[in-house]
Amino acid sequence: MAEVQSAGGGADFDLSQFYEIFFEEAGENLDQMEKMLLSLDLTQADDEELNGIFRCAHSIKGGAATFGFSDVAELTHHMESLLDKLRRHELQPAPSMVDVLLESADASRSLLARHQAGGEGDSLDTSDLVRRIAGLAAGQAAPAPAPARAPAPVAVVAVEPAVSAPLDEEPEASPQPAAEAPAPAPAAPPGTRSLEIHVGPLERPEQAEAVRELFRDIPGLGTIEALPSPQPDMRAFAVETASSDEDLLDLFVFHVSKEQVRILPRAPQEPVDPDEIEAQAAARRPFGFFHDAPGSPIASFGLFEGAPGVPEGAQAGGAQSEQSSASAPRTAAAPKSAQTALEASSIRVSVSKVDQLINLVGELVITQAMLAQNSQGLDPSQYQQLMSGLADLDRNTRDLQESVMSIRMIPMSTVFSRFPRMLRDLAGKLGKKVDLVTQGEATELDKSLVEKITDPLTHLVRNSCDHGVEAPDVRIAAGKAETGTITLSASHQGGSIVIEVRDDGRGLSREKILKKAVERGIEVNDQMSDSDVWGLIFAPGFSTAETVTDVSGRGVGMDVVKKNINSLGGSVDIDSVEGYGMKVSVRLPLTLAIMDGMSVRVADEVYILPLSSVIESFQVEPETVSTIAQGSQLVKVRSDYMPVVALDKTFQVPRNGDAREANIMVVVEADGSRVALQVDELLGQHQVVVKNLESNYRRVPNISGATILGDGKVALILDTGGLVRRARY
Amino acid sequence: MGVMGKMDEGSAKGAREYLTFRLDKEEYGIDILKVQEIRGYEPPTRIANAPAFIKGVVNLRGTIVPIVDMRLKFNCDQADYNSFTVVIILNLRNRVVGIVVDSVSDVLELSPDHIKAAPDIESVIDNGCILGLGSIAERMLILLDIEKLMSSVDMGLVPAEA
Repeated sequence: MAEVQSAGGGADFDLSQFYEIFFEEAGENLDQMEKMLLSLDLTQADDEELNGIFRCAHSIKGGAATFGFSDVAELTHHMESLLDKLRRHELQPAPSMVDVLLESADASRSLLARHQAGGEGDSLDTSDLVRRIAGLAAGQAAPAPAPARAPAPVAVVAVEPAVSAPLDEEPEASPQPAAEAPAPAPAAPPGTRSLEIHVGPLERPEQAEAVRELFRDIPGLGTIEALPSPQPDMRAFAVETASSDEDLLDLFVFHVSKEQVRILPRAPQEPVDPDEIEAQAAARRPFGFFHDAPGSPIASFGLFEGAPGVPEGAQAGGAQSEQSSASAPRTAAAPKSAQTALEASSIRVSVSKVDQLINLVGELVITQAMLAQNSQGLDPSQYQQLMSGLADLDRNTRDLQESVMSIRMIPMSTVFSRFPRMLRDLAGKLGKKVDLVTQGEATELDKSLVEKITDPLTHLVRNSCDHGVEAPDVRIAAGKAETGTITLSASHQGGSIVIEVRDDGRGLSREKILKKAVERGIEVNDQMSDSDVWGLIFAPGFSTAETVTDVSGRGVGMDVVKKNINSLGGSVDIDSVEGYGMKVSVRLPLTLAIMDGMSVRVADEVYILPLSSVIESFQVEPETVSTIAQGSQLVKVRSDYMPVVALDKTFQVPRNGDAREANIMVVVEADGSRVALQVDELLGQHQVVVKNLESNYRRVPNISGATILGDGKVALILDTGGLVRRARY
Repeated sequence: MGVMGKMDEGSAKGAREYLTFRLDKEEYGIDILKVQEIRGYEPPTRIANAPAFIKGVVNLRGTIVPIVDMRLKFNCDQADYNSFTVVIILNLRNRVVGIVVDSVSDVLELSPDHIKAAPDIESVIDNGCILGLGSIAERMLILLDIEKLMSSVDMGLVPAEA
């Protein structure tokens, strides 16, 4: 099995630089395929969906074949054959097919991972999967329309050209469109042909050797033998193959250009019959229709002259003008070209470049703030143009930074995407029926948070499935629907993003939790509020599960979840009603590198409050502040009493003998409650660039970051969530 | 270039270059490769509840850098902040930290023959952080493993792993 070599000795370019792109895109294709497989409605399979899944497999196969990853190419080739039958309605989609395709996708993923890591270790044995796919493809073959063209479908799987990555310059019109049988023609093998292939004139005839290697690398392509060369700069081969001329040309194009290849029939040749031509056309047609799909990823390498747009456009036109009765592929062509136009309008950018861009914009904001500050003292009438220029600069900088910030924000759907599959497998394993509902997928959060939030969320969903949702018979006995529902939702609230995991399962049992807490020696009493009782399950090792499954129940989950979320600067809350269900809410700050802040003065020090958490501010007389036991203070705001946090005490700000004149209260809201922060003076409101304190130092309690003021000095940004939580205890 | 030639020669023998600085009456040396730059002292922004020797953080061209006063850490008699006070900015595996010292002297190349092991005595500096005692001419230099010193838990820069 050819390993990761540059394809063919005669390659003019080293393909290894393109490996990373292929791995990334293959990964995306696998994700896409999985998503579509999961959402496939088996009773009423949508043609668009089936075609989409087929295209994904096709793309992966193409790239894998190009790079010589023949194990992946072979597996995806079989998947593609099954999918091809499905999309042509020759087979009815069945759950067993979805299962085997999902498993094959997993296998492909691990095969690719192995290749990406350098190809060490044992390769996964895919023969069982291949056998199953072939069995499904054969076992439910639709009755063939005409006996003449019905070779055993299993043979199709083996013999059909395992080739892809075509990028024709011209659309391939079927020679006999109108003569098609009403039923979509099966992709019958064209039959093995004997050909003579001449390659040349070549500058380096050795390039033709690469062609030979192709036959070695790609299973099922055929056999090749060298013939004596007609001329010194040409090579000739005798080839037996089942592939069409076009497929062969597409293969060769990686090593030699099409004009240099001539394919001639060789003496013993099967009589050309209409079925044969038709079948050849049938074999060609899928490539004709859909080559823009593999075309996109490969074209991104810039290897081919034809820009993706050109053949696609021509293709779509060609497809539509075709009289083929295969309506499915045809209707798919038009919206598909629109879709690929959409895909072509995105660009792959490395994260480090984006971060660099954000840093630079951050520096720009600082400089602009400095200019604004230094120009405050100028006489407006004298420097009118300068002032208006600065005002424009202010606006432009603000717009620029909003746009740049949004680059790093990605929608929650990327986080949610793994859950359908996971839940399906999990529910199956546990014998439960669970539906997954997602809301607010478009809610955006920063890329760095996405990576860190996935594990805690996974644990919460597993918990809901394992402990929350009851077994189907239990649910029916309780008068609930047999299928439970887990809802994942995300929304913005103030300066945070709130993610909720809700289930309609059995909920938390107060008695059980209290009893368990007592067993573990945790101090509890019956007067504890419900939310406090629910909070107990965050204690390490806490679990009321009677049985420990390998999914959960050992009690190592919830405390880790809480720790992880707290370390992101967020918080977790639980709400539950016994018998009805449970809701876990995760609140995370939106990591913004640039935010609006309010600066306040405490003695000689300046602190910044996130403007999004500031509700109001007012002046107080010392009399309105009442002290309760243990030194905590409260202030009356209209009709409510609110805890007071004196910042000079919290941060031990030295006062050099001056009388304490902290008589401004700033009411902030965070984490669902409000506190009043006591400061000396409000300095102003401006945009600040949030700098990370932890990259060179460590996490400081109650401080969420630092910023650089207009005068170059550092000011600390307060963590209002932390301050609010402190005041609660 | 002469310097290059010298470096090749030196590295062939295992010599390293050390930046020497003064804290009170002692001279110390640290690996020059860990030094990013040398700046004057500017009052940092205080961080609440930090140990006394961590003066705070400063803005170094957009990066927030903590400043540690080595004179306070090593319990020196005096710690003045005047126009001669120097801050050495270190880059230790991509963590940037500044240390306040009394003055910076020069860069010396010391080969292993010039370095003696440090005696095992009770001192403010954890012995694991002393590479040895270098001697050149009449000077005795206490060579510090600055990376180990700054990463140690009691320096308070790196959060203790929970």
